[in-house]
Amino acid sequence: MPLNHLLFRNIVKGHRTEPAPASDAHAAAELARGAPGAGLGRSLALRVVDCGSCNGCELELHAATGPAYDLDHLGLHVVASPRHADALVVTGPVSANMEPALRRTAQAVPRPNRVVALGDCAGDGGCFAGTYAVKGGVGQILPVDLHIPGCPPTPTRILAGLRALMDRER
Amino acid sequence: MMMGRATLMEVLSLGRPVAGARPWPRVVLDDRAWRALVGHMAVADWVLLAEWGGPDEVHVALRDEETGEIAIATRASADRRFFALGPVRPGAIRLERAIRDLWGLAPEGLEDQRPWLDHGHWPVHHPLGAASPPQPARPYRFLAAEGEGLHQVPVGPVHAGIIEPGHFRFHVQGETVVRLEARLGYVHKGISAAMAGQTPAGAARVAGRVSGDSTVAYALAFAHAVEAASDCSPPPRAVWLRAVLAEIERIANHVFDIGAICNDAGFPLALSEASLLREMLLRANESLFGHRLAMDRVIPGGLACDIDEAGAALLAATLTRFGKRFQRLVALYRDTPSLLDRTIGAGVVAGALVYRFGAGGFVGRAASRGVDARKVPGYPPYDQLDFVIPVRAEGDVDARIEIRIAEIRISLDLLARLLAGLPSGPVAAAVPRAAGEGLGVVEGFRGKILVWVRLAEDGTVAQCHPHDPSWFQWPLLEAAIEGNILADFPLCNKSFNCSYSGVDL
Ligand code: SF4
Repeated sequence: MPLNHLLFRNIVKGHRTEPAPASDAHAAAELARGAPGAGLGRSLALRVVDCGSCNGCELELHAATGPAYDLDHLGLHVVASPRHADALVVTGPVSANMEPALRRTAQAVPRPNRVVALGDCAGDGGCFAGTYAVKGGVGQILPVDLHIPGCPPTPTRILAGLRALMDRER
Repeated sequence: MMMGRATLMEVLSLGRPVAGARPWPRVVLDDRAWRALVGHMAVADWVLLAEWGGPDEVHVALRDEETGEIAIATRASADRRFFALGPVRPGAIRLERAIRDLWGLAPEGLEDQRPWLDHGHWPVHHPLGAASPPQPARPYRFLAAEGEGLHQVPVGPVHAGIIEPGHFRFHVQGETVVRLEARLGYVHKGISAAMAGQTPAGAARVAGRVSGDSTVAYALAFAHAVEAASDCSPPPRAVWLRAVLAEIERIANHVFDIGAICNDAGFPLALSEASLLREMLLRANESLFGHRLAMDRVIPGGLACDIDEAGAALLAATLTRFGKRFQRLVALYRDTPSLLDRTIGAGVVAGALVYRFGAGGFVGRAASRGVDARKVPGYPPYDQLDFVIPVRAEGDVDARIEIRIAEIRISLDLLARLLAGLPSGPVAAAVPRAAGEGLGVVEGFRGKILVWVRLAEDGTVAQCHPHDPSWFQWPLLEAAIEGNILADFPLCNKSFNCSYSGVDL
C-alpha cells in the first residue's frame, strides 16, 4: 500500500531538512536599535497577516513552514489566532482596505510582542508605493521591529530573519 | 437594429474601428450600437473574455465561439454611464461593479448596485476616473437567506493560516451551507495606477506581481500585449524558453495545490510530499534562471535570462526525477480511500454554470468546458506542439484534482520536447517606442489571463488592464459549496484556489 511504502521510505531515506541558516546579522542589528523588548522566550508563535501582498510572499512563507526548511524545528510556528501570537508577520504594501483589519489584529495580540514586515512591499510599498490604494508599508501603521527584505524573501532569508528575532530574546 | 443571426464582426461593423489596435480589432460603438451588441449577446454564443473601464469608456473583449473571432467593443461614455452586460452575462456583474468603483461609470440596468472594490477607505472616490472627495463607508448589505434555524457565520478578512484575505459570509442550517457570499477587494492596491506612466520594462515588474503565483503567466501576457502594440517580435529562442518557464510555473502550482487540498481533507502527508516536489522546481528555477518564482524573467521583447546546454540538460534531468516522484504522490492520492471519500462528490459545479460564467482553467475543464488559451486562440510555441486538453464531467473536488494531475503530466511532456528543441539565437529584441494598443491572452495555471495595454507616443504605458481567470471562478465557488457541510469549505475552496490579489487589482 503506497501510504505505508511512502512512510517507510521517508523514515529510512527521507528528505533532509536544510540546515538552519545562522541568524541574519543585519536583522539582529536592526532589532538592537529598537526599543529593548521584554524576553519572549525561545519559541515564538507567529500570526501572518496579508495586507495586500501579491501572494508571492505567502508562497515563500509556505515553503518556509514546509519540510524542506521546517520553521517548526527552530521553535517557530504559525498560529491561527492573534491571541496566541508573540509576533505579527505582515506582508504587502498595506492596502487601505486592509488597514482597519491590520489594526484590529495588532490590538488582539498580547503584549509584549514583535512586528515583522516581510518582503519589499511591507517595507516601503514596493512597486505599489504611491497609489491611492496603499499606505506604503507596515511602518506607516504599526511600529516595525524587523524588516525582512526580498521580493519575495527566500525561505532561507525568512528563517535567518526570524532567527534574529529569537536570538535577541535569549 | 440587425435581426436574426449575426456574427460578432457583423454586429461590430456598426461601429468605428480604432487604428493601431492589435492583434485583434477594437471597435468604438455609440449607445445604440452598444445596446444592440448587448441584445445580441443574450442569444449569441459569444464568450465574455474581460470587461474593464477607461477614461469615459468601457471596453469588453468577446470571442465568437462559432467563427473564433476575438474583438474588443468600446462604448464611448461621455455621459459616464453604460448599458450593463451583467443581466446577459452574470460573470460581468462584479466587473461592472468594479468599473463603477474605479472609473465612476454607472452600469445601467445592473440589479446589484453595491460597491465592490471601494470599501470606503480610499482618499478619493472613483480614483481612476473623475476623482472626487471620498464618501463615508456604508455597511455592506450581504444577500439574505431566510428560514427556520438559519444562522450566519462571518469569516475573514483575516483568515487562520497563511492565506490571502477576503470575507466569506455563510448562511448555514445546522452543518449545511445554504448560501455563501464572498466579499473581496481587501488587497486592492491600485495596479492600474501603479502601471500608468511607466516604461514597458517598469510596468512589466508590476504585471508580474498582479498575482505572484502566476508571475510568469502575467509577465508573458503583458509582454504579448506590449509586443502586439509596438509591433515587436521576440526571437524564437525567447518564445520557447518562455514556454519552459510557464510550464514549470503551472506544474509547481498544480502540485502544491494537490497537496494542499489533501491537507485540507486531513491528510498532511500529501502536502509534505507536494511541498518537496514543488521545492525541486523552485530550486531549479533559482539556480538556472536566478529567481525561485522566475519573477521579472519574462520581459517585453523576450527574456532577461538564458540557459546553456548544461543547464538545459540539468533541468531535463530534474524534471525526470520530478516525474517519477510525482507518480508516487498520485498513487498515494488514488489509493487512499478515506481521502477519496472526502473529495469525490464534494463541491460539485454544474457544467451549465461553468458555461454561463465562461469559467476556464481546471474549474471549467473539470466540469465539461474544454478551453485552453494555448490552443484557442493559441500562441507560439504551442502552435508547433501536439498536446491534449484533459476534460472531465464530474465537476467535483476529485475531478479538479484529476485534471491537475493530467495537466502536470502533459506539461512534463511538453517540457521535455521544449528543452530538446530549443532554437538557438538571442533571447531578447528591442521594443520600439511607439504608440499602439495590444491584447495578450495567455493560459496561466488557473486559466486564461488577459492583459490589455495602451502605449502613448513616447512608448510609455498610458493604460493597462490585467484580467484574472478567477473573476469567473469565484462566483462558482459560492455555488459549489451550497448543500455541502461548512467543514468542507476549506477543501472546496482550495480545490478552486482562486486568486484574491489577481481580482482585487
Ligand atoms: S514583496 Fe514582492 S513577492 Fe512580496 S508581496 Fe510584494 S511584490 Fe509580492
